[in-house]
Amino acid sequence: MSPVTSLASDGRRRAFVNARLIDPASGTDGPGGVLIEDGRIIASGPSVKGRGQRAEEVVDCSGKLLFPGLIDMRVFTGEPGKEYRETLQSASRAAAAGGVTCMIVMPDTDPVIDEAALVDFILRRARDTAIVRVAPMAAITRGLKGREMSETGLLQEAGAVALTDGRKGVASARVLRRAMAYGRDFGMLIVQHTEDADLACGGVMNEGELSARLGLPGIPAEAEVIMLERDIRLVELTGARYHAAQISCSASLEVIARAKAAGLPVTCGVSINHLTLNETDIGAYRTFFKLSPPLRAEAERAALAQGVAEGIIDVVVSSHDPQSADTKRLPFAEAKAGAIGLETLFCAALSLHHNGEIPLPRLIAAMSTTPARLLGLEGGTLAPGAPADFAIADPDASWRVEPEKLHSLSKNTPFEDRVFAGRVTHTVVAGRSVFS
Amino acid sequence: MHPQAPLARRARAGYEVALMSTDRTAAILSARDLLGIEGLSVSEISRLLDLAQDYVEINRRADKKLPVLRGRTHINLFFEPSTRTQSSFELAGKRLGADVMNMSVKSSSVSKGETLLDTAMTLNAMHPDLLVVRHQHSGAAELLAQKVSCAVINAGDGRHEHPTQALLDALTIRRHKGRLENLVIAICGDILHSRVARSNILLLMRMGAQVRLVAPSPLLPPDAQRLGPEVFTRMEDGLEGADVIMMLRLQLERMNGAFVPSAREYYRFHGLDGAKLALARPDCLVMHPGPMNRGVEIASEIADGAQSVIREQVEMGVAVRMAVLDALARNLEGGPS
Repeated sequence: MSPVTSLASDGRRRAFVNARLIDPASGTDGPGGVLIEDGRIIASGPSVKGRGQRAEEVVDCSGKLLFPGLIDMRVFTGEPGKEYRETLQSASRAAAAGGVTCMIVMPDTDPVIDEAALVDFILRRARDTAIVRVAPMAAITRGLKGREMSETGLLQEAGAVALTDGRKGVASARVLRRAMAYGRDFGMLIVQHTEDADLACGGVMNEGELSARLGLPGIPAEAEVIMLERDIRLVELTGARYHAAQISCSASLEVIARAKAAGLPVTCGVSINHLTLNETDIGAYRTFFKLSPPLRAEAERAALAQGVAEGIIDVVVSSHDPQSADTKRLPFAEAKAGAIGLETLFCAALSLHHNGEIPLPRLIAAMSTTPARLLGLEGGTLAPGAPADFAIADPDASWRVEPEKLHSLSKNTPFEDRVFAGRVTHTVVAGRSVFS
Repeated sequence: MHPQAPLARRARAGYEVALMSTDRTAAILSARDLLGIEGLSVSEISRLLDLAQDYVEINRRADKKLPVLRGRTHINLFFEPSTRTQSSFELAGKRLGADVMNMSVKSSSVSKGETLLDTAMTLNAMHPDLLVVRHQHSGAAELLAQKVSCAVINAGDGRHEHPTQALLDALTIRRHKGRLENLVIAICGDILHSRVARSNILLLMRMGAQVRLVAPSPLLPPDAQRLGPEVFTRMEDGLEGADVIMMLRLQLERMNGAFVPSAREYYRFHGLDGAKLALARPDCLVMHPGPMNRGVEIASEIADGAQSVIREQVEMGVAVRMAVLDALARNLEGGPS
């Protein structure tokens, strides 16, 4: 059973033919088509052609990419509590336009998602308003306060797919150790924002030459690495499944590689921003580039991209974090961190394919197949029997990012005016076209 | 002292011998103190249980008094509040004719800053024969025993041992099942903080039972399986086919997110209810050392149900403590032998 909201599906038998299929789960990358019925894929591959499928509708993809719908493991919305920034509905429209068929929403809302009833609320709101699937992560600690563990088992039964304290890391090693030990009993994935808040205190950007020039207090990479190393010791102690939500530097990459080599159940993610931008983008104190963790130097960015290519980094997320003028139109130090990204996730990722840094199937695995596996979700594949969740993209269509045309209620995109080569043209969730 | 006292005691006791199946004077324990199950052999445990079995019968008579400890001074020294264990020891001492004195931390100079050893030396100067001690720290009974010249009985030290509880649990099981060996016994709940669990693990494994530990990971001691038992974190798995389920008390301060998330979550996944009990054998015994948190670690209808022997455990407690006091008194200078 998938904990993801069951959406209204389109039961019609439809064929999507003449596409370039990319399905990392089966190692497929070649011409073919997908046949769907009753919200599920019933056939896929080169044999699915225009004729002979008895389909009610045949969609000619004219050679475009067709890949399993993206599962974005790090999405913040404003619902409940800050609906003017983003609702589950508005976020889902942005997601659909970006080829994201499942949003994993964070518990940092008001109230915090730390109780089974609130997990249920998210799932019901999503069912009633969202056009893509939604699966919530719940808080590791009550109120994200880092003190008392939340009700892991009841949250899991209600449909929480993992535990995280969202924008915060659990500072207390004692509390995290117990939450990990307890979470392990339920096979629950613990997702941690790895930043030692004490060491990072006061910092607003990467610590280095540029922060010195700009006169802004910096956050050393060590703030991330120290907590990551500590956490991995706790994984060793408890046997918990652990995922570092987003790493930002090459030192973290080494720590993760070492943990994996030791056979620990450790994985990590990186945001698309940290793969495509660097600290110099901040330019003249542009707050849309204020992120947590901060954008680092170009060498770090390149190392992270290589980390994805080599599979040391498992997951790529949008880290979609809608902020409005009241939190962004402020002096850099006072502005909130965060950038929207659901709608631009795929095209930004495609730019890494175009410039030769990361092969396309690796990118799709990191945005779909691997998140599905880590969270125990159906999907992330085009295999027969899987939910009919996929996207079609024209890899060469060029377009300019115009914030006012994006579907998100908040417009804090770091890709304003960027011209991307490649665009999602069609998104299908549970057999239903939710974007075209 | 009174050199005639043992003679008189022996004479009075002679009348009772006929009523008891065990030898009234034979040595049962090799050590002076009962500090834990750790130091007990299989035959010592069996003989203690046999003697306790006799006391069960005597305790059910109208005249429960025996002169076994006449002239002896028995002090209960409780640094931690305890109603049931203290009253059980007190009753045991009184039924055997000892002079029983209770000292609890609130009314003693211990609360005025005196150290454990100062208290021990002070008490020792009063020439007690049997000293029953409960302390919040592991090893306190052992330390005390090194400094006093009487028999020391550990009535619970920290999270270390509570030997009389394990003995009374064993007696309860043996009376129902006729044996301990090869029974599947699931000890469930806060094992990490439980001296009851430690003593039971030692005793039951020594007597050949198949012990299982069932608890959420934060409430399991590190490397729990190294203690010998099989370890389960899913209660349903741990209860399957069990002959005996021993529930443990979860302290209030441990259920609010520190070791487990909440009482309701604990009850859902680790509380003994009808559905979980149904996974055990149909004749499975349900035990609890008390005091119970109804609706946290055990459902009320199970605690009061047909398979529950919880009240019987309390009865066995007095008999076991009489047996322990009797057995240790036999080793004392001037004791019957």
